[in-house]
Amino acid sequence: MLRRTLMTATATLALAIAGLGAASAQETIRLGAAAPQSGPLAGGAAVTHWPAVRLWVHQTNEAGGLQLANGKAMIELVEYDDQTNPQQAIQAAQRLATQDQVDFMVSPYSTGLNLAAAPIFAQLGYPQITGTAVTNQQPELAAQFPNMFFLLGRTGVMAEDTARVLVELREAGSIGNRVALVNVADAFGIEMSGISKAVLQDAGFEIVYESSYPLGTQDLAPIIDGAKSAEADAFIAWSYPGDTFALTDQAIVQGFAPSVFFTAVATAFPGYAARFGDQIEGVMGMGGVNADDPAFKAFVEAHTALAGQGPDFWASAATYATLEVLGQAIEAVGSADRAAVLTHLQDRANSYETILGPVNFNENNDNERYWTVGQWQNGVFRGVAARGRDGAVDVQLFDGWN
Amino acid sequence: MFILITGLLLGGTYALIALGLNLQYGVARIMNLANGELLVAGGFAAFWAYTAAQVSPVAALVLVAPIAFVLNWLIYRIMLQPLVSRAKSRGALEVDSILATFGMSFALVGIMTALFGGGYFNYAYLAQPVDIFGSSYGQNRLVAFVLAAIIGLGLWLWLSYTRAGLRLRALAVNPSSARLVGIDTRAASALAFGLGGAVTAVGGALISMFFTLDASVGILFTMKALIIVIMGGVGDIRGTIVAAMILGICETAVARLIDPGLTLAAAYVLFLGVLLFRPQGLFGKKPT
Repeated sequence: MLRRTLMTATATLALAIAGLGAASAQETIRLGAAAPQSGPLAGGAAVTHWPAVRLWVHQTNEAGGLQLANGKAMIELVEYDDQTNPQQAIQAAQRLATQDQVDFMVSPYSTGLNLAAAPIFAQLGYPQITGTAVTNQQPELAAQFPNMFFLLGRTGVMAEDTARVLVELREAGSIGNRVALVNVADAFGIEMSGISKAVLQDAGFEIVYESSYPLGTQDLAPIIDGAKSAEADAFIAWSYPGDTFALTDQAIVQGFAPSVFFTAVATAFPGYAARFGDQIEGVMGMGGVNADDPAFKAFVEAHTALAGQGPDFWASAATYATLEVLGQAIEAVGSADRAAVLTHLQDRANSYETILGPVNFNENNDNERYWTVGQWQNGVFRGVAARGRDGAVDVQLFDGWN
Repeated sequence: MFILITGLLLGGTYALIALGLNLQYGVARIMNLANGELLVAGGFAAFWAYTAAQVSPVAALVLVAPIAFVLNWLIYRIMLQPLVSRAKSRGALEVDSILATFGMSFALVGIMTALFGGGYFNYAYLAQPVDIFGSSYGQNRLVAFVLAAIIGLGLWLWLSYTRAGLRLRALAVNPSSARLVGIDTRAASALAFGLGGAVTAVGGALISMFFTLDASVGILFTMKALIIVIMGGVGDIRGTIVAAMILGICETAVARLIDPGLTLAAAYVLFLGVLLFRPQGLFGKKPT
């Protein structure tokens, strides 16, 4: 009997102390994150998404937390694996909101998962600031989901700028008229390929080889052989990581060196440079950054220190910036009041300072300043085309695999 | 010529993927859905050996194969033997083993993600071109093809001309009769399963030379292996190799001549054709 009483007393005391601790310490903001840790996109998320998210939380907490009206608040990160499965992404968001009762959520990874989760984010009233969604449907999405914001860009703009780089090179007399256009056969590849084909044809280019391949294909020797036989001056591939590596590998093996060699996702990954070394000098890809910007350099350093690997040269910084925007909105409101933070974000007059540079949202919740095309130059993937961002460098001609 | 050689090289890759599963399914009667994960694990081992210790993936096989053999042997003894013992019929065993190895595949993905992270793994080994009849091919693919040929031939000779091989073949034909003639079916099954696992891991190590792997990519390999094993005939090494070559050449021809988007369709049409006209597989014997 005595023992039980004693135990109850101890337990109560422990609880009281714990409660006291929580009360005297600062308020905590719970941040939920569901993104791929397994499934087809886990590899991309492990490079771009997770380290950037963890870095922001780490740095914010190192600095003492977010400054709210009644003191500083530390961030507590709750992570879930959505298995690269849209259904799981929706369930995870639901679970984060109802069971874990997180105050805010990090947007998912990739265009597809962001679109899948958009209705549930909207329904639950969470701001969804996307750093890895590239789409052309921003006006429709913003009208339907006013809580959804975009930092990375639009497919149309990315495809247009890629085509424009070719036009400029042709006008300078550096390349001819023949383009090989290939894509991975999924929503992303088909849309990008369609837009760039139209723009290229309007600009008078001749598509001499065109094909698509199923998602997950890495045996791409026939494609490179086809593009090589067609004697293309420029090779544009709207590809995903595995096939980006495989296409580059095959092009090197078969000695296919057009004047422009462009692969899409993962070209900006540090792993791409690690795999191919200085052979990729002059290879172009999607995205880019202002690699000379001190803010980006500091980001690279901190990212490498925390994650043991560098960020990619495109969406890593955008992912990090989504949380900078969220954090600044929370601080401006002065509390973790979700509705108030959302209202703040929706106020187009507000702007945010991020590692990308200043960010603000237009009537489509779109930040219209982004990098569109990058190129490996001296071991760094530099932005060569951008909308509204400074620091783009000149395009260099690809002069073969070194 | 380009199509033929590229197709053969691709077929060699496919043979590496499918040979192990054929031993595990054909002889040990375990439909191993974690086959692809074991392949990826072999690839990771080679990646690790190459990046951490500069050991070439081919040399790493000396370690990868025995380790994979022991691991798979243990998996069979500890996890799968109880299923075999309690199964009332072959059908029941198939259902049980499919469920068990399906679960195991998730566990393996989790373990690999925990150990290596979810990122992409690749490295450059022999990624230089070699000229054959005027076209260039990757040296690493050629090496993988040659080793696949050696492994396939070795396995076939071993199964055909040795006493241990005879035991495995007897087991493949009829497990209950095999017992009647004094074959220790448990030991033979464990041997076949372990050997299959070792071949799969070796395949993974070789494929990692030219394939970008991540922890969750295994299921793709399992699917391919399944198609090839069924096409070639369960329990028949020759059939697996021939089926792998046919698939490789067929896919390459379709990709180069028609459209790369149709390779999957071509593979499944081929598969359907075999199922319709030779349900026992190219070299399989009709069930009596």
